Amino acid sequence: MFQKKDESEIKIEDSFATKLSFLIMGFGNLSHKQFVKGIGFLAIEIGFILFMVMSGFKNLINMITLGTVETHDEVVPGKILPVRVFGDNSMLFLLYGVLTCMIVAAFVMVWRANIKSARQVQLLEKQGKKIPSFMDDVRIYLDEKFHITMLFLPITGILCFSVLPTIYMICIAFTNYDRDHQVPGNLFHWVGLQNFGNMLIGDERMSRTFFGTLLWTIIWAFFATFTNYFAGIIVALIINQKDVKFKKLWRSVLVLTIAMPQFISLLVMRCFFSNYGVVNRTLINMGLIDGVDNAIKFFEDPTLAKITVIFVNMWIGIPHTMLMSSGILMNIPQDLYEAATVDGANKVQMFFKITLPQIIFTTTPYLIQTFIGNINNFNLIYLLTGGGPTNANYYSAGDTDLLVTWLYKLTSGNRDYSLASTIGILIFIISATFSLLTYTNTKSYKEEDAFQ
Amino acid sequence: MSANNLTAVTGKANSKSYAAQKRTVLIASYVFLIVLSIIWVIPILWVVLTAFRTEPGQFSSTFFPRPYTWVEDGMQYTAPAYTLQNFKDLFTPREGFDFAKMWLNTFIVACISCVISTFFAVATSYVMSRLRFKLRKTFMNVALVMGMFPGFMSMIAIYFILKSIGIHQTLLALVLVYSGASGLGFYVCKGFFDTVPKALDEAAMIDGANKAQVFFQIILPMSKPIIVYQALNAFMGPWMDFIFAKFLMGTNYDTYTVAIGLYAMLEKERIYAYFRQFAAGSVLVAVPIMVLFMSLQRYYVEGVTGGAVKG
Repeated sequence: MFQKKDESEIKIEDSFATKLSFLIMGFGNLSHKQFVKGIGFLAIEIGFILFMVMSGFKNLINMITLGTVETHDEVVPGKILPVRVFGDNSMLFLLYGVLTCMIVAAFVMVWRANIKSARQVQLLEKQGKKIPSFMDDVRIYLDEKFHITMLFLPITGILCFSVLPTIYMICIAFTNYDRDHQVPGNLFHWVGLQNFGNMLIGDERMSRTFFGTLLWTIIWAFFATFTNYFAGIIVALIINQKDVKFKKLWRSVLVLTIAMPQFISLLVMRCFFSNYGVVNRTLINMGLIDGVDNAIKFFEDPTLAKITVIFVNMWIGIPHTMLMSSGILMNIPQDLYEAATVDGANKVQMFFKITLPQIIFTTTPYLIQTFIGNINNFNLIYLLTGGGPTNANYYSAGDTDLLVTWLYKLTSGNRDYSLASTIGILIFIISATFSLLTYTNTKSYKEEDAFQ
Repeated sequence: MSANNLTAVTGKANSKSYAAQKRTVLIASYVFLIVLSIIWVIPILWVVLTAFRTEPGQFSSTFFPRPYTWVEDGMQYTAPAYTLQNFKDLFTPREGFDFAKMWLNTFIVACISCVISTFFAVATSYVMSRLRFKLRKTFMNVALVMGMFPGFMSMIAIYFILKSIGIHQTLLALVLVYSGASGLGFYVCKGFFDTVPKALDEAAMIDGANKAQVFFQIILPMSKPIIVYQALNAFMGPWMDFIFAKFLMGTNYDTYTVAIGLYAMLEKERIYAYFRQFAAGSVLVAVPIMVLFMSLQRYYVEGVTGGAVKG
């Protein structure tokens, strides 16, 4: 965030005031009458020291031990019944520890900014230039350092609601915070890589669940992504044929489903395909099925359930790809086709040589994003099948459970937080490897900077 | 589509067999599109029909509602197939369900988080696209990495953080959760800014504008499509998200959003009594969003394709 400026690269001997700034932040600025800036730095230092003395050091130590006193009953002289003494809360200790680490990191950055600022003001004085006033500094934040102004709030938000929680949960994966170690009653401890060991090889049932679910997650992501992708393109091509009328109507019908909140359409689909649902009812009324007992068990048969979710996903997803590829189709320059016609190309050749390459080229990043999105497609599975049918060979998981829905079940039902975090990290590793292999090879990533 | 029209369309073709072939393709296309439309409309139609249905329960005996007959005290009663009672019931608070309040809650959360997250996303993407500074690439890589962790792995941690400052189970918590990290979602928007010619900035700079003025007075006014796209997405989020809201709110019915409220109506012990109300509620949630979406569809398409083209 703090840019290297040309001036700071000219080496000069640090003056006394600058050296003192190493200890007393803002001294360099204060001695050059930059009061607001100087006092700001000083206040941050004092605040930080107070914080560390009051609770910071304690937090760091607690983070290492994760608490030592369990909740227990103690016999107190003068009282007949033992008194319950509440012990340490490992979960909060860990949270405060992570928070303290982030505060320390932030302080180090401010401290470095302070040194830089002191050196700069010293240099300006030596060169006989005007020392910038507070207002000048403010003005810089609307110009050269405009990025800091703009990013300050968004980055604070990201730190609080994305980075901090993620680091915290990564830490949890290395503890034994599971159903047997629930706070505040019990303590949990650092256990190193034990959870990963259990998940991958150690615990037979667990690893069976993990690899089974992983396999299905990948199969699901593959089919969910590519069925939607190609079907969407085909629908777009059909709608965009020159002679087809009412283009807007066809498109709008499909777009209706994008506008329909997904959880509603999914819950409706769940009712639709259930044993007593509309589909089975209609088949019974038509005489194709003999009574409710013989209803097609869309969600109860493992294989059929998997096929059903992929088809329902097409219902949800095709409109999206249709919209997108319509946009791309309309943007392909018409003269490409005219030139091809002059050269004697037929429709099929034009499709495979012009249309398809253009679509694939422009949508590769989208395709990768969608694939990752489908690995983590929580809503669809959770709202449609809830992971079911339950698989007795699995640890708290069903046949259509993806890794993410399994993760959710472990947190909300079992309170196996450490296992859930372990799965989260493994999902991350899978997605990251996949993206690195594909995304960084695409042109739009490599030439991100040049492509403007 | 009449036969006359079809011949008119294909009239240009020279050879007869070519015209015939073309017509076959066209007819096949129409059949395909009609079938497709039916498949896509049926579930939506069913929800609307259920919202006006008299027959209780999750499952109707026929697709289109029939007059409902039931027996009470040895007497047989019949009610017409369609009714408005479901909507009346929906707005009568009972068992802690107050749909009007849920609707209002969601609307408030949606408006505030829409403003905040649009600002965050637009600001971040503009900076990433236009300004060059030391940690730019680092930030973009961090954003990429954060995006690969499953979103609600951090849900538990966020819950505890909000709880420790005492604002879990409030609407503020929801706003923060929906908009807090929205700076990470800058990719689509950045794609748009990448296509805005840099010459514009340079011209303004020569005229003495600083970077803030360039952004607020030059770039922002011409970024309407992408702002609308971002705002639309952010606004629809709270209406559609269910899992974060449920996790944060727990059993505090006062701060329920429509998504959790409607989901709660489908729990096993309630589904029979509440299913028609669920459908009625769904209609009341879906209609405003559909209207909004349809009227802003143009921007949405621009946003989606723009993002896809640029990654």
